[in-house]
Amino acid sequence: MIQLKEISKKFGDTLAVNKASFKVEEKETLVLLGTSGCGKTTTLKMINRLIEPDAGQVFINGENITNQDPDVLRTGIGYVMQNIGLFPHYTVAENIAVVPKLLKWDKEKIKVRTQELIKKLHLPENSLAMFPHELSGGQQQRVGLARALVTDPSVLLMDEPFGALDNVTRTSIQKEFKGLEELKRKTIVMVTHDVQEAFELADRICLMDKGKIIQIGTPKELLYQPVNDFARKFLAGQRLALEFKVVKIQDIWPYLPKRALQDGKSLSADLNVWDAMELLRSSDRSELLVSGANKDSKTVNFEQLTKGFNQFQNAQAHG
Amino acid sequence: MRRHMDEHQQTLWQFMHEQSDKLFAQTLQHVGLTFISLLFAIAIGLPLGILIARKRKLSGTVLGIAGVLQTVPSIALLGFMIPILGIGAKPAIVALLIYALLPIIRNTYTGIIGIDQYVKEAARAMGMSQSQILLKVELPLAMPVILAGIRTATVINVGVATLASFIAAGGLGEFIFGGISLNNTNMILAGAIPAALLAIILDALLSLVQKMDFKKLKKALCILPVVILMLGGFYALPSAYGSTLTAGFTPEFMGRQDGDLGLKSTYGLKIHTIVISDAVMYKAAFSKELDVISGYSTDGRLKAFDLKILKDDKSIFPPYYAAPIVRDEALKQFPQLAETLNLLAGKITDSVMTDLNYRTDYLHLTPERVAKDFLISTGLYKAPKNGHNGVVRIGSKIFGEQYILAEMYSMLIKGNTDYEVSTKTGLGGTKICFDALMNDQIDFYPEYTGTGLLVLLQPDPKIAKEMAHDKDKTYDYVYTEFEKKFNIKWLKPIGFNNSYALMMRQKQSKDLNVNTITDLKNYLDKN
Ligand SMILES: Nc1ncnc2c1ncn2[C@@H]1O[C@H](COP(=O)(O)OP(=O)(O)OP(=O)(O)O)[C@@H](O)[C@H]1O
Ligand SMILES: [Mg+2]
Repeated sequence: MIQLKEISKKFGDTLAVNKASFKVEEKETLVLLGTSGCGKTTTLKMINRLIEPDAGQVFINGENITNQDPDVLRTGIGYVMQNIGLFPHYTVAENIAVVPKLLKWDKEKIKVRTQELIKKLHLPENSLAMFPHELSGGQQQRVGLARALVTDPSVLLMDEPFGALDNVTRTSIQKEFKGLEELKRKTIVMVTHDVQEAFELADRICLMDKGKIIQIGTPKELLYQPVNDFARKFLAGQRLALEFKVVKIQDIWPYLPKRALQDGKSLSADLNVWDAMELLRSSDRSELLVSGANKDSKTVNFEQLTKGFNQFQNAQAHG
Repeated sequence: MRRHMDEHQQTLWQFMHEQSDKLFAQTLQHVGLTFISLLFAIAIGLPLGILIARKRKLSGTVLGIAGVLQTVPSIALLGFMIPILGIGAKPAIVALLIYALLPIIRNTYTGIIGIDQYVKEAARAMGMSQSQILLKVELPLAMPVILAGIRTATVINVGVATLASFIAAGGLGEFIFGGISLNNTNMILAGAIPAALLAIILDALLSLVQKMDFKKLKKALCILPVVILMLGGFYALPSAYGSTLTAGFTPEFMGRQDGDLGLKSTYGLKIHTIVISDAVMYKAAFSKELDVISGYSTDGRLKAFDLKILKDDKSIFPPYYAAPIVRDEALKQFPQLAETLNLLAGKITDSVMTDLNYRTDYLHLTPERVAKDFLISTGLYKAPKNGHNGVVRIGSKIFGEQYILAEMYSMLIKGNTDYEVSTKTGLGGTKICFDALMNDQIDFYPEYTGTGLLVLLQPDPKIAKEMAHDKDKTYDYVYTEFEKKFNIKWLKPIGFNNSYALMMRQKQSKDLNVNTITDLKNYLDKN
């Protein structure tokens, strides 16, 4: 659990972070979202004391971090940098082994863990002996991630971990990332300025502007209950796509036809509309079998899905 | 021309072959000197560079001081060292170290601050301590730049180390400056060529190290300190004294019959000897760094540093006249020159010259002042006529007496003729001065008949020996030979006799009861 209490940081005359407070629960992923220069990185760095706040306190698992030795604190927190920051003079294997070596792990343990990670992160086996400059940008970011994950820290800070990637690669890495079992047991604070990415990965989003926190909430809350104009406008451009992502089949359950025609393997109603549409579009199926919360099943086709979604939207707008 | 070249190269080869022991020893000393000082420079410069990379505010001051130190002329720096560190290895190493410092500090500093800030931040973010960041990240990444600095420092050191011979620290400078003093081109080249090769080879080797990738570099860096230490070890500090007393002789004295060669052959003197420049020799004797030195009988520093001349009881140091030598061409061009220069003939006796030297060397009056006072007191001084009838160019060697004489001649010419004067004083050794005369860069300079005979003419040893004890015979001989060989005329002798002399501190001479060179030999044999 991470808690920030009214932390502020000034650089000269710019107030980079202004009385920011939030709490990240155990195993939760909080995404800091905002435009460039709004103070996301600064906020993140105050959590592992790369930057010391001018005011306010930070607690990790209930303990004030200013009472801890900064080096010890940092070895216990995974950190993925905005600029990757791999050591150019170390091989990939050596880069991944930095923190384990600081913690005096034995060689065998480091080797086993490294093998495990490169498999999970889909890095080629032979890349271990390469130097960072011999890897593609995406591969470098995976190494950066491996380096942060290697000691399996319970807290993970990530600063635009997919920032250096093109859109196609980014989407696929995000998917892989979301599927990583290892990440599901971590308390994560992640920074991004990409709204889609935030919606894809966040349990909750912390929207920032000019050093201040504007709104904290689930993606759905941000979308349907924006606290002010800034929050509304921030999402406006990609609203429809975001709504498809946020709304689950379960949400539009009442608006779907009642009958279940097929038997067979059913999908969970936790599936969001976006993913359901993708399935319908990419597979040769014209209908999906979905089982809802109270064990009843329904089949939907593309038309029924969009219709149901629109009805749900109207209900939201008027309700 | 080709034939000439061939001959030349062959004799150089012969010289090197003949002197291979010395050459080998000097080269080792040179390498040793270079690397010992390099080692110290790294030991000091690297931490300083790291310090100022951490505390940037200090960088201006530290780099400024190192920069200023590097602009101090090397000879001056060596001179400053003597009162503090004496002569020999210590001051030479310190002086070299000072020159090597700037490139090492500067490159360590720029190497470290040039590292990508994100890499440093990553190191911090992963929980590395300051010292771990330094050792595992900053130094390895800055290493190519630091090595470039070490490479520069090494090349500088090879060059400056040639000057170490001035203060008896050995090295290839012994041949180079000995050759200059003794008019021996082969000797100069025997020192200069290895020194240049050394610089080129070390530069190339270090550039290879610099270009290695990180993995190889890691290994190379483990070996490098060992190599530097080993090479530094070549410079066995001259502690293996062969005798209880130490002599310091000039390179010129070392190679002359009326010098070290004579001391060995006639007296059988066996003394631990180091080669040192005339400029620092007296001071070194005074501060007990040296016990016996080769000086000039008229030198003012004799009195200034309370030294005593040991009696030359087997007379191997014949007295010689001093007289201006002039190019015949110049005598034609300036018809009044000869009679003007001869105004001084016979005017300066031994004791007068010693006194004049004392005034510059001990009382620290300027040579100009001393010259003027003397000319006024003898009624020779005339106010300058400020004529414009051509320029007479005067040369002088790089020691006190010659400066005074050059000033006197300058005043005499200005006062008695319509010629203008330009002086080129402080021309290194005999060879430099004489070559300047031969190449029409100066018109005359004061020379000694002994030097003319033994260094410039280098006649058959038999002829030299015949002449050695008769100063007039010597004068006649060089007079005719110079005319024949060089078209250079010896004007009338100035009066004083100059000769080499062995000197000791007054007190030591009394304590050891050593008054003659034979006494010295006996003392050395007994102890
Ligand atoms: N070390 C620093 N010195 C001075 N100003 C700084 C420093 N670091 C950040 N700032 C300023 O503080 C503000 C917030 O910076 P921060 O890096 O936290 O922004 P960010 O939200 O991470 O932006 P981006 O999306 O571009 O990475 C900016 O105005 C920035 O210029
Ligand atoms: Mg940022």
